[in-house]
Amino acid sequence: MLYLNIIIAGLLTGLVYGLMALGLSVIFGVIRVVNFAHGEMMVMAMYAVYLANTFTGIDPLLLLPLVALALFGFGYALQRLLINRYITRPEHEQFLLLLAVATIITASLLMGFGPDARNVQLGYAYDSFQIGALLLDKVRVFAAAGAAAGTAALWAFFRFTRTGKAIRACADNHFAAQVVGLDVKRLYAVTFGLGAACVGAAGCLMLLLVDVQPYISTDYTLLAFIIVILGGLGSMPGALLGGVIVGVSEAVSGFVIEPSFKSAFSFGLLILVLLVRPQGLLGRA
Amino acid sequence: MTYRITRREFGLGAAAGGAVLAAPGIIGSAHAANKPIKIGSLLPRSGYEGIIGQGCQRAVDLAKRMLPEMGYAIEVVDADTESKPEVARTQAEKLISEGVDILVGAFDSGQTFSIAQVAEQRGVPFVINIGSDPAITEQGYKFIFRNFPTSVMLGTNGLARFNDLFAATHTSPKTAVLMIVNDTFGQTMLKGINALMPKANLPFHIVETISYDPQAKDLSIEVAKAKAAKADIHMVVTRLNDAILMVREMVKQRYEPMGIISPGSPGMYQTQFMKVLGKYADYAITNIPWIDPKQSFAHTFQATWDKAYPGEVCTLDAGFTFEGFLIIGDAYKRAGSAKPQAMVEALKATNIKDRIMIGGPITFNEKGQNVNLPSGVLQIQHGKPTVVLPEQYSEAKPVFPVPGWSKRA
Repeated sequence: MLYLNIIIAGLLTGLVYGLMALGLSVIFGVIRVVNFAHGEMMVMAMYAVYLANTFTGIDPLLLLPLVALALFGFGYALQRLLINRYITRPEHEQFLLLLAVATIITASLLMGFGPDARNVQLGYAYDSFQIGALLLDKVRVFAAAGAAAGTAALWAFFRFTRTGKAIRACADNHFAAQVVGLDVKRLYAVTFGLGAACVGAAGCLMLLLVDVQPYISTDYTLLAFIIVILGGLGSMPGALLGGVIVGVSEAVSGFVIEPSFKSAFSFGLLILVLLVRPQGLLGRA
Repeated sequence: MTYRITRREFGLGAAAGGAVLAAPGIIGSAHAANKPIKIGSLLPRSGYEGIIGQGCQRAVDLAKRMLPEMGYAIEVVDADTESKPEVARTQAEKLISEGVDILVGAFDSGQTFSIAQVAEQRGVPFVINIGSDPAITEQGYKFIFRNFPTSVMLGTNGLARFNDLFAATHTSPKTAVLMIVNDTFGQTMLKGINALMPKANLPFHIVETISYDPQAKDLSIEVAKAKAAKADIHMVVTRLNDAILMVREMVKQRYEPMGIISPGSPGMYQTQFMKVLGKYADYAITNIPWIDPKQSFAHTFQATWDKAYPGEVCTLDAGFTFEGFLIIGDAYKRAGSAKPQAMVEALKATNIKDRIMIGGPITFNEKGQNVNLPSGVLQIQHGKPTVVLPEQYSEAKPVFPVPGWSKRA
C-alpha cells in the first residue's frame, strides 16, 4: 500500500509535468521552433498567479483560465513580433533568440520579486483524501485534475474546431496549407499562444505544488525537454505519457533507491530511449 | 660676547625638540584609534540562503548603529555572496582591494571556507560570525577567528541535550530517522553525528538516514521514506525552505513521530518557518546556542531589535552576527591600530563578558576557535522560539512527546 501511495503521488505530479511539456511539444510540432524560454514562461505564470492570489485572495485553480489567456496573449505577440522573423533562419539563431528572451524574463522577475521563494497560502494546503490505507494529497489531486482538464480542452480544440484543424494541416504540410489559402503566419502565432497558454496553466497548477523563485525556470525547461524527448517531440499524447513516466519514475526511484537519485533516474531513462527509440516513445520516425 | 648654553637649558631644549618630533606619532595614533576600522561584511543576501542572510544583515545594520554609540569606531562595507562559494571568494578579494582592514561573515560553511582562504593568503583578519565546518580552524590559519561552534561541537552539545530533554520529560525513545540536507554543512553534521552517537549514550539508535538536495522543491518522497521507517523520533539537519517543505509534507502525510528534533541546524527557529506553518511550527525542537534570556546585554540587544524590526524573530543568526562586530570593535579599541598583526594579537586576547549568546566570556583558543559555546534546547511554543533547557537559561518547560497535527490549537 505504501508503494501504491508513492506511485499515485508520482502519477498526479506527472500529469502536471505532462501539461507543462505539452506546450513545448505543440509549438515544436507545428512551428518547428524549440522554445528555450519554456521554463521561464511557466515561472512568469507562477508569479502572475501569486500576485493575483495575494491581491484578490482568489484560489489559483479559479485563476487558471485568466492566467492561461494572459500567457496566450504573450505567446501570440512574441511569435508574431519576434519569433516569426527567425522561422527560416538557422537553428542556432533561434536558440540564441529564445535564450535571450529567457534571460530577460528571469532578470525581470528577479528585479521585480527578488530571489526569495514565494507561495500561496491555501486553506486546503495540508489536507489529504483518505481511501482506506491510501492517502492522497488534496492539492496534488486538484492539480492533476486541472492538468487533465487542460489537456482534454487542448485535444478537443485540435480535434473539433476549424482553427485546430487548420493548425494540424500546417503541421502536416506547410506548403499545402499555404496553397489552400490558410493564413500560416496567424496560425503559427495562435499555436505559439496555445503552447504558452498550456505552460501558463501548468504554472498555475505548479504553484500549488512548489514555491516559486526566478531561478527554478532552468530546471523546468530541462525537465520539459526530457519529457518531450522521452514521449516524442511533436506528439501530444507522447508529452503526457512522458510526464507521467518521469513523475512516477522520480517517485519510485527516490523511494526505493535514494531521494538524491530522482533526477539521475529521469536522465538515465532519457539516454535509454535515445539509444533504443530516438524519435521518442510515441514520436514518428 | 659669547652665550653659553647651560646643561639645564640643553636638557629642556632636547625634551622640547623630542616632543615636537614625536607629536605626529602621538597625534597620529590617537587619530588612528578614533578613525573607524573598515570592516568588510560578507553574507548570502540573495540566492537560496537569501532569507537567512537578510536576517543576519539586520543584525549588521543594528551593529552599525549600536556599536559607535557604545564607543566602538567601526565602518562597514556590505557585500553579497549570493549563496555561492565562488562569489564569496571574489567578493572577499574585491573588499580587500578596496582597502577593508578586516572581514566578517559568512553564515555558510562553504562560502566561509572560500573567504578564509583569501583572508589568510592576503594577511587580512577574518572573524567568522556563523560557519560550522571544523576544518576551517584546523588549517593552521593565523588570521581566522571563529565565534561559532563547529559542527562537532554542535553535534556533541546538541546530542547531549537529547538526554537532558528525555530526562526532563521522563521519556525514552528507542529509534530515530535522520533527514539531512545534502550540502557542506549537512555532510559535516552527519559525520559528526555518526562519530558521536556511540559515545553520547543515547537511548535511541538511527534506523534510517535520508539525505536530500538543499534546493529541493518537493520533499514528499523523502518524508514518505521517513514515515515508512516507523521511528519514534524524527531527527533533522535542515536549512529554512526545506524545513518548511518537510513539515508541510509531514502534515499532509499524517506522519506523527514523538517529536521533530534537530541536534543543531538552522530553519526551525526562523521567522519564516513560524509565519508559513503557523500552528504546525509549534513544538519543533532545535538544540542550538541561543540568545541568553538572563543576560542584561542580551536584553538590550533584543529590545533594540524588537523596536527596529517588529514581528521579526531575533535568532542566533542575529546574535552571532552582532557578536562578530562586537568582537572586532573590542579588539580594535584595545589594539589602537587596524594593522593586521595588531588586530590579530588583540583578537587572540579577546575576553568579552557582556555578550548576547548563552555561555561564558568570548575567548579564542590557539586555533582561533571559541570553544565555550554550549547549546540550549529551543522549542517553538505559541509561535515563539523558547529556551526550555538547561534550567539555568530556561523560560518554559519542554513539551515532549508533542501533540498530533490535528490536536494543535
